[in-house]
Amino acid sequence: MNDKTSDIENAVSVHNVYKNYGDVEALRDLSLDFPRGQLTSLLGPSGCGKTTLLKIIAGLLRANSGEITVNGQPVAGPGPDRAFVFQDFALLPWANVIRNVAFGLELRGVDRSEREAIAEKYIGDVGLKGFEKSYPHELSGGMRQRVGLARALSVDSQVLLMDEPFSAVDEQTRRKFQEDLLKLVKNESKTFIFVTHSIEEAVYVSDQVAILLPRPSRVSEIIRPEGFRHKDANSIRRDPEYLDIVDRIWASLRTYVE
Amino acid sequence: MKLFGYQLPAMSSLILWGLLWEIVGQLELTFFLPPLSAIFSTLMEISTTSVFLKALADTGYAFFIGTSSAIAIGIPVGILMGKSRFLDELLLPWVNMFLSAPLTALVPVLMVLFGFGMKAIIITTALFAIWIIVLNSRAGVMQINRSLVEMAHSFGASPKDAFFKIYFWAALPEILGGVRIGFIRAVKGVIIGQLLISIVGFGALFELYSSNFLMKHFWAVLIVLFAIAFTIAEFLAHLERKVEYYASRR
Amino acid sequence: MRYRSVLLKFLSALIVFGSWEIAGRIPVSFAFPTFIESMAAFWTLLVDGRMFVAYVETLKPLVVGVLISASLGIGIGLAIGLSRKFDWLVSPIFVVMQTAPLAALIPLLVMVYGIGLTSKVFVVCIMAMPVIVLNTSGAVRNTPASIIEMGQSFLGTRLDVILKIILPAASPIIFAGLRLGVSAGFIGAILSELKITPTGVGDIITYSRSIADYPSMYAAIFSIILLAVIFLNVLERIEEYLFKGSRQTYVSE
Repeated sequence: MNDKTSDIENAVSVHNVYKNYGDVEALRDLSLDFPRGQLTSLLGPSGCGKTTLLKIIAGLLRANSGEITVNGQPVAGPGPDRAFVFQDFALLPWANVIRNVAFGLELRGVDRSEREAIAEKYIGDVGLKGFEKSYPHELSGGMRQRVGLARALSVDSQVLLMDEPFSAVDEQTRRKFQEDLLKLVKNESKTFIFVTHSIEEAVYVSDQVAILLPRPSRVSEIIRPEGFRHKDANSIRRDPEYLDIVDRIWASLRTYVE
Repeated sequence: MKLFGYQLPAMSSLILWGLLWEIVGQLELTFFLPPLSAIFSTLMEISTTSVFLKALADTGYAFFIGTSSAIAIGIPVGILMGKSRFLDELLLPWVNMFLSAPLTALVPVLMVLFGFGMKAIIITTALFAIWIIVLNSRAGVMQINRSLVEMAHSFGASPKDAFFKIYFWAALPEILGGVRIGFIRAVKGVIIGQLLISIVGFGALFELYSSNFLMKHFWAVLIVLFAIAFTIAEFLAHLERKVEYYASRR
Repeated sequence: MRYRSVLLKFLSALIVFGSWEIAGRIPVSFAFPTFIESMAAFWTLLVDGRMFVAYVETLKPLVVGVLISASLGIGIGLAIGLSRKFDWLVSPIFVVMQTAPLAALIPLLVMVYGIGLTSKVFVVCIMAMPVIVLNTSGAVRNTPASIIEMGQSFLGTRLDVILKIILPAASPIIFAGLRLGVSAGFIGAILSELKITPTGVGDIITYSRSIADYPSMYAAIFSIILLAVIFLNVLERIEEYLFKGSRQTYVSE
């Protein structure tokens, strides 16, 4: 990251974005800023367009109109400044862990010994040392998502886009993931954009929670849970402010649950 | 099945049927069913004769050329159909039609067009095999996990990379499945072709043996054919199982 | 957009029949009539009634053979699927039959049963039966364990479970297996008419070839393929209608 880009306060900005699928209006006039080095959650009921917004930022979908900038540069497609973590992991079933983790680098033309050294480091970081030669079908759901996470980290992008990354893993693993994610945000100077439908999860991991309401999607509220950020991972779930915010969000979302 | 707590292998009952065959043969109940042991000793005798080896070589040749061209044409066409909606809509009705059509009816046409010989047999073999290969390759490409494609896209994969590193491998289980069924169909095709054209390969041999009532010879050839067909099918099923682990995980 | 698919089908038929016509006009071979000539011959065969007489003859072994294969095949398949012992004993035979080129048995059948209807029915049966048996047994064996356990937990008898749970759950695949059996039966019926004795449509094909009346030969072949494809399509439609929502995809060939 050079000095010029780090001057900009927001790593990602979305301005007046519209997105239609045929006649269905998915996003209407949506604007949102994502502060650098922080984790922003997109929270809302299903069908509210959170994943659509994330894929537009990733450059996988095109908005009908509006402006998306990453480090001040307009988004025209996928780029090396963003890495995506998929809900269903999107691992290559025919490749072992190390090739999967190094796959992003492989596509960028990094040569083999170099990319495998980098992959090795991140495999260790996500706690999968010793599984380098395993295949995805031999791993549990949680371990597979660790592979997906290591793959996203290994390309060293400044922005990490996570599409409900923990929804396909079991509850215990999920809690562990959430704690690890807090550490990751603290230690890596990356910007995280995190899609979830779990209120507790959003409040627990986020510096900023954007609540999206459906049909058509717009940002209804932005909440910054700040009071308990300095606390250690274990006591957050008992913090009164944490509980209050969870309650408040539920109160505003419950009318949208059929 | 278990016997005295011991798991019997899957195809082991064939030994029992073989024994039954032997007994019926030894009792000389019917002229058409000689004892299995006599058939095997005949098999040993004829398996070194040049007539038999020629038939085997001819059949093998027709089978090899027929299936290779079916694979070489079928897989690319299937992949193209999976990727292009226009081509798909144009070709799919015909592929489906030929898949279920009784292609045997086309053999007389092939005979008058390409002569009573190898060429017609090779084309029959290829025609039997190709449609299922096309259809399965198409299905393989069409049901590729969307998020794998998005993943490659998000890491900036070039179209060439996306094809050789994602599409081909992701479609491989279906393609192999198609090739396996294609091979089984081709075995049937090559035999049907030879039966109807009946001056080449095993077709000629069958004609010779059945018109001279050489039952042992007839059965010997039949058993060889069945064994070869079964081995080919099992070998391909084994290959398919090797990649199956990821076919079921999409 | 609604007409796109109809238009494309039309275009695709135009391309195929058009190239047939052009290839016939060049001509690529003395034995390659044009599309129009073949269709004219088709019309003649249809109008003078030869086609109908021929099909009565051709469909006889097919219908009889398919009926025998269906009742016997489903019965054996059920037994295989329900009893492990029977499975061990019998299914290897059908697995081998499935992969083997059974057409090679035809000369033998002719020796045993002569050149009459019996042989032809037999040919249809050996072609159609394995696929019916294997699909039936596979479908029965793959009934989801949870719904069988549900039946048992609500005190269903063995017969209840078979008749009310296993059979309905297996019927889509059994039906699909029947369709594939009919498809194989068509091959058998045509093969027996071409190989054993020329009767019915096989007679039209063989006779027209011998007198070099190629348009009639092509017309007869066209008609049998058309008939098979239409009939199988109708079966598939019926299948889709009957088993809406329970489409399962492990039909094996």
